[in-house]
Amino acid sequence: MKKTREKIAGSIFLITAIVAVVSVFAITFYMFLKGAPAIFKVGALPLLFGNVWEPTAANPSYGIAYIILSSVIGTFGAVLIGVPVGLMTAVFLTDITGSSRAGRSLSKWISGAVELLAAIPSVIYGLIGMMVLNPFMYRLEKIIFTGSDTHQFTGGANLISAVIVLAIMILPTVINVSCSSIRAVPQSLRSASLALGASKLQTIFKVVIPAAKSGIMTGVVLGIGRALGEAMAINMVAGGAVNLPLPFNSVRFLTTQLVSEMSYSSGLHRQVLFTVGLVLYIFIMIINFLLTKLKKKGEREDD
Amino acid sequence: MTKKKLRIGEFFLYGLIFLCAFVAVLLLIFVIFYVLSKGMKRVNIPFLTTVTSVRKGTVGIAGNIVNTLLVILVTMLFATPIGIGAAIYLNEYAKPGKMVTVIEFATEVLAGIPSIIFGLFGMMFFVETLGLGYSILSGSLTLILMVLPLITRNTQEALKTVPDGYRNGAIGLGAGKFYMIRTILIPSAMPGIITGVILAVGRIVGESAALLLTAGAAKLLPKGFLGIFDKIMQSGGTLTIQLYLSATSEGDFDSAFGIAVVLLVIVLIINLLTKALTARFDVSKQK
Repeated sequence: MKKTREKIAGSIFLITAIVAVVSVFAITFYMFLKGAPAIFKVGALPLLFGNVWEPTAANPSYGIAYIILSSVIGTFGAVLIGVPVGLMTAVFLTDITGSSRAGRSLSKWISGAVELLAAIPSVIYGLIGMMVLNPFMYRLEKIIFTGSDTHQFTGGANLISAVIVLAIMILPTVINVSCSSIRAVPQSLRSASLALGASKLQTIFKVVIPAAKSGIMTGVVLGIGRALGEAMAINMVAGGAVNLPLPFNSVRFLTTQLVSEMSYSSGLHRQVLFTVGLVLYIFIMIINFLLTKLKKKGEREDD
Repeated sequence: MTKKKLRIGEFFLYGLIFLCAFVAVLLLIFVIFYVLSKGMKRVNIPFLTTVTSVRKGTVGIAGNIVNTLLVILVTMLFATPIGIGAAIYLNEYAKPGKMVTVIEFATEVLAGIPSIIFGLFGMMFFVETLGLGYSILSGSLTLILMVLPLITRNTQEALKTVPDGYRNGAIGLGAGKFYMIRTILIPSAMPGIITGVILAVGRIVGESAALLLTAGAAKLLPKGFLGIFDKIMQSGGTLTIQLYLSATSEGDFDSAFGIAVVLLVIVLIINLLTKALTARFDVSKQK
């Protein structure tokens, strides 16, 4: 009696653990099942490398090159801003504030703020971006492009706005991961560097950060993943035209393409949107793969 | 000469580090004050207790609040036991090997998938293939997959902090493994488990992309108490979805900021709750 109950309990726990595995398989299966057909119908080259997106025209054209490019460049821009700021913040929290009472409480307050930033829903970032960033960008746009007859005015909903919002949104991820990897650097390395006459900053930038390299890289890759996958906030600030991703152009990303067109699409248009989802999924899987590689490397270095 | 140059360089670098560190704080203060200043005038009792209706001339988010609560309830009803069960299997039953590697890898992949992909999958599988339609149930089923890693990981961490002596003691006294888990492990790991659950609720409250593609945007209140069960099968927009629609297609920024205030308050409460829990049960700080 007791034995069967134990057996049943064990198998129930096993089943709950397998849910995650089944989900990942199901998601992957469905992404390919629904995303692949359009590639064959439109053709891989015109779909992935075509730059005209006119799904509802009489003679429809389904090129998503600009959409892919926007996602790549937008993510790159966000990382370019977010990573240095995040890394500096992490350095401040771990090595600058020191172990005095005031220093520790300052560091605690800043970490608390970072935690809250991570918890704020993305639509709120989008809303504030719409009300603050976009009008500011519109003013800049009017100054820069006065007299230009090639530029299409966007009202400030452009790539730069999206990059800024993304940079803010990846900040907590970068800070948290960098912080824990910098904290893991042995104190003896710092002491040795200081004893050799290096200044505090030299120690941080020449000794501590190189030692924490693989952990910081993990943070960067996680940040890339978050930026690539963010949808709602940037949908609100980036405008809605499929364009070459220039700073002041209104752009579409892989994610915002799904959010804004899924509701009214049908037929082949809808299938192409599933392909957009598949492309995003493949990007994310590559990032996941990189992450596991990095983590393994980190574990080896720890040994 | 070089020494002086170095000092100026260091001075700038220190300035830069200080600046970056305060960016996060300033951003947070700005977000909170901006949202409060724009949204407070909209938040009053009618806004929180009525439903937007052109005929009655009211603007309110009661329906969205109920939808949000329903999504949280249905999602957590399934996600909590599955997440905890998975953690118990990984920590207590599984022997290190292929199986554990595969499950842990899958959990990690699940944690890295962006919400829009969950939404897309939910739309293809729950809404269309299973025919559940754009409904709170479809949305919740999708969100289960999303919050699962969060609960599993937190529970795993909590289980790791339970000393092996507890396990050996219980088994040595003749308790079965399942009995030991029920009466010793789960109660000892409870704070960690609750933290995971609260964090998951926070993610659900803030989630938008996945729900937009699976749960729709209806904002009516359920009719009567039994109406709640019907509502689960019907379309329902949560607070974040309504914020998005208010700010974009409806162009009603006052309401958008009003909802933002409500969301910020919820997020703040959740944050303080998890803080209090982790501080209260932090073993390393206890004597």
